[in-house]
Amino acid sequence: MTDTVRAQVLVAGTGEGPVMRLGAPLSFWGGVDAQTGRIVLAGHPDEGASVAGAVLVLPGVVGSSSSTSVLLELIHAGRAPAALVLPGPDAILTLAVVIAREMCWDAPPVLCLAADALPRGARVRVAEDGTVSVLP
Amino acid sequence: MAAMVDLTPDQRAALAPGAPPGRAMALRIVVEAARLLGAPSLVPIRSAHADGCIYHGPGGLKVVERLADLGARVAVPTTCNVGAIDLLHPEVARLSETEKALARRQMDGHVALGCTPSWTCAPYQAGHRPAPGDQVAWGESNAVAFVNAVLGARTNRYGDYLDVCCAIAGAAPFSGLHVTENRRATLRVDTAALSDGLKARAAFYPVLGAWLGRAAGADVAVFTGLPAAIPEDSLKALGAGAAATGEVGLFHIVGTTPEAPSLDAACQGQPPARHITLTPDMVRAARDALSTATGEALDCVAVGSPHYSAAQCRAVLALAGRERFRVPFHICTHRKVMDDLARDGADRALADKGVNLVVDTCVVVAPVLPPGGGVMMTDSAKFAHYGKGNTGHDALFGAVEDCVASAIAGRVVRHEAAWA
Repeated sequence: MTDTVRAQVLVAGTGEGPVMRLGAPLSFWGGVDAQTGRIVLAGHPDEGASVAGAVLVLPGVVGSSSSTSVLLELIHAGRAPAALVLPGPDAILTLAVVIAREMCWDAPPVLCLAADALPRGARVRVAEDGTVSVLP
Repeated sequence: MAAMVDLTPDQRAALAPGAPPGRAMALRIVVEAARLLGAPSLVPIRSAHADGCIYHGPGGLKVVERLADLGARVAVPTTCNVGAIDLLHPEVARLSETEKALARRQMDGHVALGCTPSWTCAPYQAGHRPAPGDQVAWGESNAVAFVNAVLGARTNRYGDYLDVCCAIAGAAPFSGLHVTENRRATLRVDTAALSDGLKARAAFYPVLGAWLGRAAGADVAVFTGLPAAIPEDSLKALGAGAAATGEVGLFHIVGTTPEAPSLDAACQGQPPARHITLTPDMVRAARDALSTATGEALDCVAVGSPHYSAAQCRAVLALAGRERFRVPFHICTHRKVMDDLARDGADRALADKGVNLVVDTCVVVAPVLPPGGGVMMTDSAKFAHYGKGNTGHDALFGAVEDCVASAIAGRVVRHEAAWA
């Protein structure tokens, strides 16, 4: 990629962190520990890794409607991703961000972008307008 | 950005400065969800089923209590899903007093919002039955599938708290399964190659559901070749299985469900894009995929996801005859069923056999089973699917007849011939 990409904004905001591209779709309910952010789903390619502080790129929007609650708890506990990058519109994970903003909690931006648009492991910054910049 | 959703004058007034703050908060969340879903407007709803009654942590509890503190109240009849505790028998779950108190507050918060304390994932069997064509906002995946498919009412699969916010707002994002065109069947599943004997068995339907969840993707399925009079408890099990292994919110059965008087009606006059012919091998493979254990060892039986009906509880009693169970036999159900069973002492008769009746919750959301794992037999595709992750117990799927025979024998007994 070039040094910046412009993503579609689902919920605007700013965030910064390492790009974490999940190796498979993941339901937050049953898949992520709601207090720590650790991926606990047995057999998931990223089992054991933590989503906290990452610019989290999800290859698919999947899973239980209780995933809203799990992301809401992560935001409340300060263990949420720094930003969420989804392949398409969604009202499960994004809803948690909407509710958290209503509660005036610091909640990550949600962007729409192809899963391979961001380089794995690179440190990136998300701006209010959806511009994602790779940091040196 | 919310301006993209077309609101009525009443809805705009409810968002204006000085409007009651609880309803405004709920309505803002509903309008944001509508924007995310691409809904052009909100549709008025007649009822709701709230799925946020399970305590997941302090964040969700603050949201429910904030809504209540701001004076929000549901505008339409709203039932409550299970909580994380059995309020009638709190001792059955392995929770500290602090955890029990938090679970109770999450449930109390919904009552403060004006919800009915039904505490069941099968509200449609506890007196809450919308009419065909009713627009509603229901959470809990099996309840969504049932209310759409079997009752012909219209809801999307709502994330936690959006259902109760819709109930407070009295309206839901007008998109997805609220819209007639999106309820059209696009996948035909032909069951003509399966035997009538198999299709007459209750245990076939949760397996059919578990298969559908993996096969359907984003399609709405229509089944052909199923018998005319499928018992409601079997339709309940079908929807629960499909919603556990997949994201099925609606299915049709020609000759049975209200939007499928004919194949053509279910497909709204268009040919379905996909066609699958089910074989006995496919059904057996779907059944086997529901078990994570093999062998004869058995630690417990757990049934009732969705919550068992009174008829299902009485069937366990009848199947057991004069025998007693050698392993714990958990039946998850709701208070209306408990009232029914208490009338003729069936609750005591079940307890005498060694049945543990779990009310207001179930074994995959409350820690009822002992720690350290083991083997749990079940007739529920949903328990089988979530058993390992949520209880630490390996699952063995079997018909209720097999579950009862196994509990009596203290080891796994299954009748393979029934699946030919």
